Amino acid sequence: MKKITIPIGPQHPALKEPISLRMTIEGEVIKDADIRLGYNHRGIEKLAESKTYIQNIYLMERICGICSHSHTTCYVQAVEALCGLEVPKRGLYIRTLVSELERIHSHLLWLGVAAHEAGFDSLFMYTWRDREVVMDLLEIISGNRVHYAINTIGGVRRDISEQQKEKILEGIEFLRKRTEYYTNLGTTEPTFVARISGVGKLPKEKAIELCAVGPTLRASDVASDIRKDDPYAVYDEIPFDVCTADTCDVLGRVVVRVKELIESYKIVEFVIKNLPAGEIKIKAPRKVPEGETVSRYEAPRGENIHYVKSNGTDKPERLKVRAPTLANYPATIEMLKNGFVADIPLIFAAIDPCICCAERVVELIDVKSGRSDIMTFSEIKRKYFCEKKRETL
Amino acid sequence: MIEKLTKWARLKSPWILHLNTGACNACDIEIVDALTPRFDVERFGILLKATPRHADVIVCTGPVTRQTKDRIIRIYEQTPDPKFVVAVGACAMSGCVYRGAYNIIGGIDQVIPVDIYVPGCPPRPDAIIDGIVKLLKKLEQAK
Ligand code: SF4
Repeated sequence: MKKITIPIGPQHPALKEPISLRMTIEGEVIKDADIRLGYNHRGIEKLAESKTYIQNIYLMERICGICSHSHTTCYVQAVEALCGLEVPKRGLYIRTLVSELERIHSHLLWLGVAAHEAGFDSLFMYTWRDREVVMDLLEIISGNRVHYAINTIGGVRRDISEQQKEKILEGIEFLRKRTEYYTNLGTTEPTFVARISGVGKLPKEKAIELCAVGPTLRASDVASDIRKDDPYAVYDEIPFDVCTADTCDVLGRVVVRVKELIESYKIVEFVIKNLPAGEIKIKAPRKVPEGETVSRYEAPRGENIHYVKSNGTDKPERLKVRAPTLANYPATIEMLKNGFVADIPLIFAAIDPCICCAERVVELIDVKSGRSDIMTFSEIKRKYFCEKKRETL
Repeated sequence: MIEKLTKWARLKSPWILHLNTGACNACDIEIVDALTPRFDVERFGILLKATPRHADVIVCTGPVTRQTKDRIIRIYEQTPDPKFVVAVGACAMSGCVYRGAYNIIGGIDQVIPVDIYVPGCPPRPDAIIDGIVKLLKKLEQAK
């Protein structure tokens, strides 16, 4: 049968953000896929070099509107490590609280989107209605629904009062009931399960080989979570489980995220009940001593990495962001292969893509000639395969 | 007669297209939020459409990146007349924090004409709804 290539995006009903996918199909079956990035590339890393460390917090926050707290936390952790700051316990607890609330909002949002892509719009409306409860809690704590701006270098900017604690516990109680209902619905409702099980298979070995991260990886039965593997903030004091599933498909990804919701409720309750007294921040120096560091953070979508290099001034010399979605792209291509065209939105949504996070240009510099190229995915693949072939010759 | 009818229809049920030109996602989520049960803009007849060819109002979010510039113009041209543009968020107005980055051209109004600006980073869903309702008032007054 003849192969046809169909472009999808950048503006497409199935995609909420601009990205371009090129599918090579044979009949109904996808044979190859290619992801083109760059529509959302804003040049944040370069811009960060011209802003001070404090200004950069707000820039990092605006890398992504869903996991804004992840990026700021990852960034301030790196800067704190460079300055050698010991952040007060209460500050870390509040940071953790916000990051778990963010995970809840992100997972609820995702659950809705996945249900919508599977054609289950009532679940979409339900989860988004309940998500408003978390948004309200975040607004109570930080004063804004989306960009919380709670982090600062050396701690957090706002304290939590007793009334707020009560409100949060009430909200969590309500959400727990709702989530139990979703667990029931998402894993037993026959039409929904039939639509998502077996779609977008990613076997365990492949997931490890292609360096998938976050819930995508955990749904392939790999128990990897930065919060457990390399605890930051106060995660080493908090009891929680890493959730996995062994079905390796979209169903597994739903199960993992719903389980993680329940874990997050536990963490939030633990944090509220064990909130230590004391300061919420310490004063940070304006200039950061020379050095470089890497900071890791388990964002709702997976491992987030920030690299900061400082040259002793008040502006970073280099800032590198590796967002989880980017790490999941190679795995997505694997999942799409041999799937059906109708499954594209579902599979793509299942990694919870955050395109604005992933928009870093890949620059390949040829060591021998010093020539640099900005490459697309297909070119990288081609180059990689050519070199591999040459090796075997 | 036909004109009157279309104007009436447009006022009662404007169809919107959501166009992300490089936003950080927060504005987009707030727009989708406005469609979900708590805010529910469908009660005003506002419907989200997938293609520019069906839309009356383009709701833009985000600063214009170099790569999306031509595409914005193309989408604008594909939208049937009369069309209206709402710029949602500080980015769509002026570029917000990204101002000065090498890949950012600026606000949406650098590329296509804008009718209503909704400030905020991101604006609350209520603010977005307010913006669109104000746009409807503007339409009503314009003959
Ligand atoms: S205005 Fe703010 S929230 Fe909206 S896209 Fe820009 S940075 Fe994001």
